[in-house]
Parts: sequence; C-alpha cells; structure tokens
Amino acid sequence: MQVTLKVRRYNPEAEKPKDYWQEYNVEVESAGTVLDALIKVREETDETLALRCSCRSSICGSCAMRINGHAALACKTRVSAVAHQGEPVTVEPVGNLPVIKDLVADFQPFWDKVRAVQPWLQTAGPEPEKEYLASNEAMMHLAGVVNCIMCGACVSDCTVLEVDKNFLGPAALAKAYRFAADPRDAATSQRMGLYNQYGGVWDCTRCFECVQVCPKGVAPMDRIMALRERVMANGLKDTYGARHTEAFTEIIEHSGRLDELRLPLKTYGYTNIPKLIELMPVAIRALAKRKSPPVLHKSIPGVENVKRIFKKVDQLQKGDGKVSTEKAPPKP
Amino acid sequence: MASRAAERVLQHQVVVLGAGLAGMRAALEAARAGADVAVVSKVFPTRSHSTAAQGGINAALAEDDSWEKHAFDTVKGSDYLGDQDAIEVLCREAPSDILELEHMGVAFNRKPDGRMAQRPFGGAGFARTCYVADITGHAIVHTMWEQLAKAGVRVYDEWFATSLITDDSCCRGITAMELRTGTIYTIEAKAVVVATGGLGRVYQPTTNGLICTGDGMALAYRAGAALQDMEFTQFHPTTLKNSGVLITEGARGEGGHLLNKDGERFMAKYAPNRLELASRDVVSRAEQTEIDEGRGVDGCVLLDLRHLGTKLIHEKLYQIYELARDLAGADCTKEPIPVRPGMHYQMGGVKTDANGAGTLRGLYAAGECASVSVHGANRLGGNSLLETVVFGRRAGRAAAEWAHEAPEAGPLSNAAGRDMERSIRELAGRSSNGDRPAKLRWELGTAMNSLAGIFRTGEQLAEGVKAVREVRERYARVGVRDHGRVFNTDLVAVLELGYMLDLAGTMVAGALARTESRGAHSRRDYPKRDDANWLKHTLAVYSPEGPKLSYATVTQTRWQPEERRY
Repeated sequence: MQVTLKVRRYNPEAEKPKDYWQEYNVEVESAGTVLDALIKVREETDETLALRCSCRSSICGSCAMRINGHAALACKTRVSAVAHQGEPVTVEPVGNLPVIKDLVADFQPFWDKVRAVQPWLQTAGPEPEKEYLASNEAMMHLAGVVNCIMCGACVSDCTVLEVDKNFLGPAALAKAYRFAADPRDAATSQRMGLYNQYGGVWDCTRCFECVQVCPKGVAPMDRIMALRERVMANGLKDTYGARHTEAFTEIIEHSGRLDELRLPLKTYGYTNIPKLIELMPVAIRALAKRKSPPVLHKSIPGVENVKRIFKKVDQLQKGDGKVSTEKAPPKP
Repeated sequence: MASRAAERVLQHQVVVLGAGLAGMRAALEAARAGADVAVVSKVFPTRSHSTAAQGGINAALAEDDSWEKHAFDTVKGSDYLGDQDAIEVLCREAPSDILELEHMGVAFNRKPDGRMAQRPFGGAGFARTCYVADITGHAIVHTMWEQLAKAGVRVYDEWFATSLITDDSCCRGITAMELRTGTIYTIEAKAVVVATGGLGRVYQPTTNGLICTGDGMALAYRAGAALQDMEFTQFHPTTLKNSGVLITEGARGEGGHLLNKDGERFMAKYAPNRLELASRDVVSRAEQTEIDEGRGVDGCVLLDLRHLGTKLIHEKLYQIYELARDLAGADCTKEPIPVRPGMHYQMGGVKTDANGAGTLRGLYAAGECASVSVHGANRLGGNSLLETVVFGRRAGRAAAEWAHEAPEAGPLSNAAGRDMERSIRELAGRSSNGDRPAKLRWELGTAMNSLAGIFRTGEQLAEGVKAVREVRERYARVGVRDHGRVFNTDLVAVLELGYMLDLAGTMVAGALARTESRGAHSRRDYPKRDDANWLKHTLAVYSPEGPKLSYATVTQTRWQPEERRY
C-alpha cells in the first residue's frame, strides 16, 4: 500500500535550527509497520532522516515516537491502522523530552528519573544459599511490570510532565513499584519515603494517557495508584494527596456522595488559613456561577448499602492483606 | 577516570565494548575487582539485543540433573566441535551464576514449592531452562542494568566504536565516535573486553536487531585477533515469515507442534525421539527439507500451539502471542503460526580461552561475539544467555586482573583518534554518487542467505566468496548522503557495512574450505561428518588479500565423538 508520512524534522546543525514538516510517499506491504515505512524512507529516499530502532519486535524500546499525535512504538503500529483514507500519517519525536535530531530525543532526563527511584533490588540479611522462595503468582505479577521496555511512550504523553518537569513520571514510578512489590525487597519504608516526596506518587492526575499509550500493557498509572496505597499503609499520611484520599473515602462512606465543600477543607485542614485563602478565588467564582456546593450535605438514599460495601472491602483487605488496586499482571 | 579532554583522550583501566548481557556482566565484575571500568555502547544498554532472547537460560538445578548431563547435551549439540574444558566451566558454574541473577532480582517463574521453574528445551535431556515467561533475556538485561546503575559504572552510551588500538600485538584502547556530536575520542585502556554480540545483519532475513552488525568481531579481526569457526551460523527453526522475527523455542518447549501442509508432525521422520525438541540445526534442516519437497505452506511450516490452551499461552508465551498477532496477523490460540528457519546466531567469533582472553594481549571477548568455544558447530537453546553471564563474568575478572598487572606502556598519543577523525571526515564528506549502503547490505544479506544458507554446496560457497568480493568492490565507492555530524546514522550504516563485509568474507571462506557437514554447517556435497579430517577449529586471521585460514585442535576431556541422534 501507498502511504504518505508527514515527519516532523529538526536539524540542529542548520543555520537557524527550527523544526519543520517533511512529507514522504512510500510503498509498504499491507502488513507493514510505520517503522518499516520509516526505514524504507531512510534507506531509499533520504539517508539524513534520523531515528532510533533495532529489534523490530517491541522489546528493545528504541522506536517510541508520536504517531498521529499519540506515543506508540513504530514497530508495533501497522500503517494500515493509522493511515485513514489516504490521509498522511504524522510522525513526531516523543514529547516531554528535548529533541536531538529529527525523531531522536534526548533520554538523559528520562534515565535520571529512573535512577532516582533506586531501581535495584535491596534485600536484607544474608543471601540464601539457593534462590529466594517466592510464589509464582508474585513473580508473574512482577513480570507484568518488568514487561516495561523503557521506551518512553508514557513519559511522552504524560500530561503532568507537560506542566511540571519535576514529576518523576510514569516510567520511573512503574519501575519503583516493581521493587516495592517484590517480596524479596526489604527497603520498603525507605522507598515509601522517597516516592512520597514532591514529584512522586501524588503528582499524578490520573489522566489515563500512560495506560492508553503503553505498548506493553504495564499500565503505569495503576502502579502509581498501588504505590499511593502502599505509601499510606506505611503510615505516610501527612501529605495533601494522602489526606485527599482519606477525606474522599470518609465522605463517600459517610454519605454515599462527594461533599465538595468539605473535601478541600478536610484535605488542607480547617485551620490551614494560607491554603484556604488561596482557594477563595475558586469559591468566589463558583458562587458567582451558582455552582457552589450546598452547605448542608445530604446522604443519598440507601447509604447503608454503601457502608456495607465499605465494610466488605475492609474485611477482604484484612483477609488476604492485599491492597485493592494491585491488579493482576496485564493480559495481552 | 582521567582525561585529556582537549586532546579527546580518555583513560580507563578496562574498557568494555558493548552493553548487552555479556558486556554489562563483564563491566560489573571488573568493577567488583577494583578496576576503573567504562562501557562503550552504540545504544543505551537496555536497547541491546540480549533483550530479545525469549525462552530461557540453562542450568542443572534439579537434584536428579547434573552439570555433567548438561555438559554432555552441550557437547553433543555442538556436534563435538565445542571445547570440552570450556563446556565444563559453562555447565559447572551455571547454577551459581543463575542463582546470582535471582538474587539480583530477576523474577524467574516458580514451581508450587517456591523454587525456580524449568522448562524443556531443544537438544536437552532434562528440563533445565529457567525462564521469565517468554521475556527472559529482557528481564535479565534490565536487572543487569540496574546492577550497573547501582555500582555507578560509567557508560558511554550511543558511542560507536571505530577501531581497536594495538601496539606490538598488545591492545591499548579504542577509538569511538560520540554519536551526539560526531566527535572521535581515543579511549586508552589496559584491557578491552569486546562484547558486541552477533552479526545477524550479514544475512537477510535474520531474527537479529538492526544493531547486530558484528562491530567488535570485525574490529578485533582488523586489529589482528583470530576469529574462530565463522562458518557456523545457526538458523532458528521458528521465525516469522515476512519480518524474520523470532518465535521462542519455548513455544515448542511448552509442547508446541510443527506441522507440514498435510497436518503431519513431520519431526517424527527426522528425530523420532526428541521430535520438535531436537537440536536447532536438526529441526531447521527438517523444516527446510519439508518446504523444499513441496510439503510447506507458502514457504513455511506451521507452528501449532492451539492445544496448549489460552491460559498457558497468555501466562507463559504472551510476547509471542502479541508478535504473531501484530506482525503475522495470526491469533496463535486459534490458528497455527506460519514459521520458517531463519538466521539467528553466530557460533563463531573472536577466539578466546576460558577466561575470555583473545589472541592479542589485553584483548578479551565474551558473549555471542566470542568463540570460547562452548557452542561448537551448533548452540543449544538456553545456552547463549548462560554464556553471557558465565563468560562475561570471567572475562571481566581476567581483564581487571590483567589491567592491574600489565606493565606501564606510557601514555597513548591521540594519533589513532586523529587518523580516525580524518578518515571518517573524508568518508562523511564523500560525494554521494556510489551505491546506497542499504542496497549493498541487502545484496550481501540475500546472497549470504541463498549461498551460505541452511544447506550449502561448494559451488554456492565459491559463488558466495565472489559475491562478497563484488559487494566489497562497490563498497569502496559507497555514497554517504548525510554530511552532518550530529547523530549521523547514514555514516554509521556505512561503517557497519564495512564491518559486515569483513566478517562475511571469513564466513564464506571458512565454509568453502570445510568439506564436511557438522552441526549447522551442512554441505550437500559433503553430507557426512568427517572427524578424521575436520574435528578441528577454523581460525581466520586478517590479511589485505583476504582471510588467512588455519586450524586448531578441539579440546576433548571426557566425551568421545559419537553419531548424533535425537
């Protein structure tokens, strides 16, 4: 099939370096991938086009890029799936990382953040003579996260990183979870302190972009949520994030629906005057638009059923000691 | 690290070329031995091709298994060309190295008692392949990188090696190009460990990644080191038709069947005892025979996993489920996957002893680019990951020890770097009238595949020698169209093609000379193994006229050659 690739190019050695679009028409096999098409361009039309690629089988993590605006592995994306009715397929470097040349981004900030989560196993006590005993389920659960190929797709499309470069980001935090969830790892409390800091687990806004674009089913956001629970289970509850979570839960358990007036008050504290003053403009705008929450918050009918659900979850958690959001390893 | 940055000379005691499993393991060991070590790799470590290893890693862990059984299987698999002293080292040290990987954090699958699970693999008399689903190489690579990061080992990633510097047959360092700036540096070292992996791109198609261009083998060869057994190239029995991408042997280890167009499990005719789990050379030849004799399906045979059930496939073979779906459009829980044999692994490489030492002082090699030789004429599945950790460790240790002992040779000038800079600038500035490098690589690869394939004849190989020579002549005028300095992948492709042409020359020369069939080297005109004349290693040494061949004895300790049956 014939396809037009519209590639965002950048030559740092140009007199005035500036990114620009360039179109290439290329013939690929019907099952061909975007990577096949790009390689064909590079080999037959324009050798100056720079990109990283190697394995062609979604495992080396080199060829993440934005295809039609969303991060993906070029070697896993079939041309036929993205070339809609002869429209050109746009190809850009990953987002949230500086560009070196064409589709080649600078991954230094990416790896710095991965290194910052202490991405290595920290065991305690003398090593066993043989292997650590572990359940197959625990190891398979880890394998679901180990599946991460560090391609940077999640970081590319992370909406928090767009506005806050300090956020550790989905890839590093998924890696962090991989150790937190490892039954052999003994550095839990130290890790939780680390991940609880500014830029850590609480900075995710749960936008789902990373889950959507991850080519390996790692679901980084779910791992971040699981880390939040672990952080709180380790007694680290003195953050706005943790208090927001607790307040949210309390309110729902109490009345079956969100009390938008008390949620910020409980999160920030009734006596946290500077923060409450900060919130005033929002409250005033809401009032002006008649969207302020009622002062008298009513429970929903049948709230006792909600309470029963909470009780049941409580019992289940106590039963097997598992944290609720830790999902089974991703299935293909 | 010291440096004379202005002169672009960097200094380390040990330089490891390549950051796949063998390279990272070597660097880690050199660091543990107290050496100032740096890794130089053309890609970030986790992008290395070790990550594509799927099925597993072998060790005799079970009580009723033994390292001797593992060693015998390996010797037999090698068609008796493996050096038995090295194979003994490999198999004796396997359990502790794999336990170390587990202690480092590799999430190996478990048995119900919590111990590591093992699956059957080809050519093995025992289920001794440890695994992480079908992402074993990937899981180990990332764990090894974690250890490297923890140890704070310096990695020059995205640096492309351009030469080994030698002085009086002693390795003194390397020159390399920092891809981000295009700058050539000289890195001085007492010892260099070459761990650059395979050369799959010499063939078209291949399971290997685009980066597998045999760089370190070629640089060692150019520097005067001997390459060993280069005619032995493994064709993996199960690769996807169009892309050549690998489908793990673990698929057959878990019970998958190979069928021809009549739905017959044809392996019963070729290997009545081990069927689909005969050694790879045997299975690949059987498949090719079925295809050649008209019992294939569209140039393929069928890998049938349906009877394994959806649950097993999703738990233990999920990567290949995705690959078959994404690249071949086949749902392997519902239909067989069309597969064919494809170039996968190079048994030959830089000749080393069991400590990784090459034939030049200060030069070491480990992993696929080395020939210790533990694989001889045919490698068993699950032994290559094992080789990377056992011999990576040993080479790293030996390199560090040599670096401590080696006499001071005085500082290296940056002459080598300057010369390299000049010749590369010349190349990069060359007019672009010649052939495109990709076209030449394609011609080389398809010629190698048809003339030095699963079955080969003297006539084909002589033609192969000519084809390599002809491509080489055109290579002298190859065009470079990217004249920039920053991340110039066009220039890199041209340099890589030069490496591959050198290696292809040694491969066809060795194959033409070896008038017997042994392991993966299967001559239609000499269909029998000939121990009287050919139970010996081929050595290839560089000369301006082409590779000079000589031969070396195979070390035998306790196993006498027997006829090989599966």
